[in-house]
Amino acid sequence: MKQLVRMFVLVFAVSFGLIYVTSYMNSSAGYSGGNTLTVYNWGDYIDPDLIARFEEETGIKVIYQTFDSNEAMMTKIKQGGTVFDVAIPSEYAISKLKEDNLLLPIDHSLLPNLEHIDSRFMHLSFDPENAYSVPYFWGTVGIVFNPGMVGDLTFDSWDDLWDDSLRNQIMLLDGAREVMGMGLNSLGYSLNDTEEAHLQEALAKLSRLTPNVKAIVGDEIKMLMANGEAAAGLVWSGDASEIMSENEELDYVVPQEGSNLWFDNMVIPKTARNLEGAHQFINFMLDPEVAAQNTEYVGYSTPNKDALAILPEEISGDERFYPDEELTSRLEVYDNLGPRMLSHYNELFLEFKMHRK
Amino acid sequence: MEARARNLYLIPYMLWVVLFVVAPILLVLYYSFFNVEGQFTLDNYAKFFTPVYLRMTLSSFWYAFLITLFSLLVAYPTAYLLTRTKHKTLWLLLIILPSWINLLLKAYAFIGLFGTYGFVNTVLELTGIGNKQILFTDFSFVFVSVYIFIPFMVLPIFNALEKMNPTLVYAARDLGASPWMTFRRVVFPLTLDGVKAGCMAVFIPALSLFMITRLIAGNRVITLGTAIEQHFLVTQDWGMGATIAVFLIIAMALLMLLTGNRKRGLIDIVKR
Repeated sequence: MKQLVRMFVLVFAVSFGLIYVTSYMNSSAGYSGGNTLTVYNWGDYIDPDLIARFEEETGIKVIYQTFDSNEAMMTKIKQGGTVFDVAIPSEYAISKLKEDNLLLPIDHSLLPNLEHIDSRFMHLSFDPENAYSVPYFWGTVGIVFNPGMVGDLTFDSWDDLWDDSLRNQIMLLDGAREVMGMGLNSLGYSLNDTEEAHLQEALAKLSRLTPNVKAIVGDEIKMLMANGEAAAGLVWSGDASEIMSENEELDYVVPQEGSNLWFDNMVIPKTARNLEGAHQFINFMLDPEVAAQNTEYVGYSTPNKDALAILPEEISGDERFYPDEELTSRLEVYDNLGPRMLSHYNELFLEFKMHRK
Repeated sequence: MEARARNLYLIPYMLWVVLFVVAPILLVLYYSFFNVEGQFTLDNYAKFFTPVYLRMTLSSFWYAFLITLFSLLVAYPTAYLLTRTKHKTLWLLLIILPSWINLLLKAYAFIGLFGTYGFVNTVLELTGIGNKQILFTDFSFVFVSVYIFIPFMVLPIFNALEKMNPTLVYAARDLGASPWMTFRRVVFPLTLDGVKAGCMAVFIPALSLFMITRLIAGNRVITLGTAIEQHFLVTQDWGMGATIAVFLIIAMALLMLLTGNRKRGLIDIVKR
């Protein structure tokens, strides 16, 4: 009996001891304070040489940690156990983090390089004053296609996806906002539309797309499209550039009716300890020369207009990834529609998925 | 004193059951009464009875049924042959071995095999049958699921066959029963418990499959598992996700109850 009780006490003591030790190790023995800076970013989303250069210039040691989804990142920041000085979430995640008071305001006076950012990408709906976030990369949602497999379709219009010749030849990204947005855009509505009649109309139109849809997949879409599994696919521009670097036959286009404009922005989460270092890092990344080098490495579109000027013409002149003003004006950022509407979007998307051929 | 000591040794198990079985189920039940905005409501339950979710439930049950049926059709003969082989444990090990490999890894392997330019299609083309769409069809979904679940079906049936007294078979043959009759009247009824255990071990997880529906079926097959995943990870509508989970728990409990009763009946018959 007594042994048993003693064992329990021991187990509890050990567990609490471990909790204490981990937090101690996290907070003092490495992961913060002093001269370290923890950057929390997507995998392979920065040129490692730039981190080395930043360390050299400032004497700050950078700890680079990665996440693979905005949700995972938000959970970690919410838990608050680990120190993250700079994080790079997408725009909808930023508005959620902001709502939950998990971000610290950014001091613009410490960011002289902010002037290099194209004004088109400042003051957007998810952070109107840019009080909490600074643009890192941006992109669009569009169609990646294999010109050899689609006849003379150009995908200048979303409606080309509905063409009879593409029976069973389309792959879609598994995202409610992206697919519903495509339906709404193809009808000329905003992809942030919340009018029930418009949403039902979009669903009805999407259900007519069903015979053409081969699969609705996640990240695998990159591998599948590059392997020629389908003629056309709805993807993010970032994925498209990755797909196209693997299979050069493919092309990418943003349809003229308009589409989504997405952002990954730098923020300082509540968990930050090294505020000065965080500002230094953000300012460093905004430097035109640094941003240009990073853009060449990552392959996404940079919001830094002076970096764009340095970049070679084959990158900066690529209309697929740097669409002209006219098209950009028709691109929209996803508004935070609130949990209830998002849930409704998702239910409509589920209904679309359940249509049988 | 002894009884008290025994009770004390039960504490760790009780604690385990309460913390990791009862508490989570209660939490699921609790969450199912809240909507996305965190208000108490019964809407989630009303929503479950709309056509979208009912059809999803129906299709979940249909595919789980198909997967169980085909697993049984493959696993029973396999288990039967296993009991006749010389190196039983070696063969058994070979059958169980694939279940040590991560499910996602296996799913990705099948994407490679079944793809338009995959191995299977290359073979089909060489044999003159021509390229067929295999990936993202009902066939590939059921095939891969059956492949994954077969070990769970083989094991209980194999055990039941092993436990069976072989003299009963000899007796049946001596008394003039044909091989088929021996199987139908003697072997199969005696291994029914194993079959049931196997069906349970396959049907219940098959009801809530989710990753394979996307990777292998390209979301052409939507099960309740897919919906739960979406509600928890994408919409953050934990209430609705929990409600679906509650219905799944109820369905599973009902299934267990139904088959459990019959099992007791069978034991009674055997005893008599």
